[in-house]
Amino acid sequence: MKRAALLVSVVALAGTILPPVLFFYGQMALAPMKEWMLVAAVAWFVATPLWMDR
Amino acid sequence: MDDDAGKPHAEPVEEYEREPVPERAWLGFSSFVGQYAGEHTAGTELMIGPLFIASGVSAPAVVGGLFAGNLLAVLSWVFLTAPIAVRARMTLYFQLEKICGRKLVTAYNLANGVMFCFLAGAMVTVNATAAGLWFGIAMPGLNDLYPNSVGWILTVAVMGVLITFVAAYGYKVVARIANIAAPWMVLVFIAYGIVAARQLGIDSVESFWPKAKELIWTGGAPLAGRAKFTFWHVMFFAWFCNMAMHIGMADLSVFRYARKSWYAVGTAAGMYLGHFIAWLAASILYAQQLHATPGNTDVLPGPLAYNSVGIAGVLCVIVAGWTTANPTIYRAGLAFQAISPKSSRYRVTLITGALATVAGMFPAIAMKLLDFVALYGLVLMPMGAVVFVDFWLANRFGFERNYAEKSGVTINWAAAVAWVATLAACLMVVNMGGMQIYFIGLPGWFAAALLYIVFSRLVQRKEVRS
Repeated sequence: MKRAALLVSVVALAGTILPPVLFFYGQMALAPMKEWMLVAAVAWFVATPLWMDR
Repeated sequence: MDDDAGKPHAEPVEEYEREPVPERAWLGFSSFVGQYAGEHTAGTELMIGPLFIASGVSAPAVVGGLFAGNLLAVLSWVFLTAPIAVRARMTLYFQLEKICGRKLVTAYNLANGVMFCFLAGAMVTVNATAAGLWFGIAMPGLNDLYPNSVGWILTVAVMGVLITFVAAYGYKVVARIANIAAPWMVLVFIAYGIVAARQLGIDSVESFWPKAKELIWTGGAPLAGRAKFTFWHVMFFAWFCNMAMHIGMADLSVFRYARKSWYAVGTAAGMYLGHFIAWLAASILYAQQLHATPGNTDVLPGPLAYNSVGIAGVLCVIVAGWTTANPTIYRAGLAFQAISPKSSRYRVTLITGALATVAGMFPAIAMKLLDFVALYGLVLMPMGAVVFVDFWLANRFGFERNYAEKSGVTINWAAAVAWVATLAACLMVVNMGGMQIYFIGLPGWFAAALLYIVFSRLVQRKEVRS
């Protein structure tokens, strides 16, 4: 369970920074970038408490 | 993560308040990296970055000044604060009480608590700019000093009350959220800069520097009511914005837990993530706003973040502001409680939060944050010079260390004169001599050290004679 949550957290961090990078290089539009960042934020705050500092 | 990692994040119950920290409680290096990285990526970083732009700074000045200033800050922690902390292993307050006496420490606590209150007020202001976004309220402009709408007052009041109750009753929950949020917040701050850079028309790493000089940090005239910033302004600001913590010695209370004094290099995580990357990213956000809507000089972190990365950006502003306002209100409460130890901690925290909330309604503190932060450091800095001199130089200059403890006085007048006279002289030079507040800290520190040496010899010689 913890390992799965950790994996989700890592993916969420990637989902936080990759969309802006893709937007910077013109590979993603602004609206989907914002949506992906929100999804990543939700995933981070759901998954990370399951493994961090427990 | 090791067992002790994150311990400084826990509720700041002052363990070992009146005794050296025992070896079993010492902490590893990673604890300090995590703590400083988290604490210095705060909501107020989103105010400071734009204010550099408002001050007409150039690209080489801001990048060079931040690099050098943050390096000097780290070196100050490493060579001034931590060596004393790991030898004495006491809180600043206990060490000051031994040197200065109980009554003088009470005055110091009062000053400290008031400054913490105002700082927390600025953090509440930042949060209110994010919350107010949803309700479309009229928000303060760059040069507003007073609340400009009923909606603004209500928004700050709601945010302040929420933050205050959590600081009083749910501190541990927010401390945990702060730990959890820290890595995500750092990436969102970086995202602000990346997205805003692209919106400015920068589309490759190679084109960043030339376009940054042309579009972001242009080095032009400052906005109305702002002082022009050079490399030296930025360097001294970056060095001294945490002056109270390093050369002011407040972080003796943190590094008394460090196994080795070199662990203070962990402060670099906070300086270069928060006070370098986050400030630069926030600057780019503001430059993009000025570029997209010329004439809109408002520095409002909520709308700035929303325009860049959407709801995730606003969430980051709220979390960053909340998780740093929370310990700041709590620390202010502790400082006040030291003055009146019998008061309930919860009641003191609630009253402190109410003061911070009222302060937060006045945008002057947030909009003049560069000046306020410099003043905050200046007020507390002289006592850091007193601690330094007392610890390292007292024997060399022929006076007793920890004079108040040994003589039983409740006010060590040498320390009192060093503190008050230095502060008065510094403020006089700033207000009447025309020197900007960012530059006065360094000569002020040496003045406080010299005054403490001279008056300690006078006071203690008089004591021997009598």
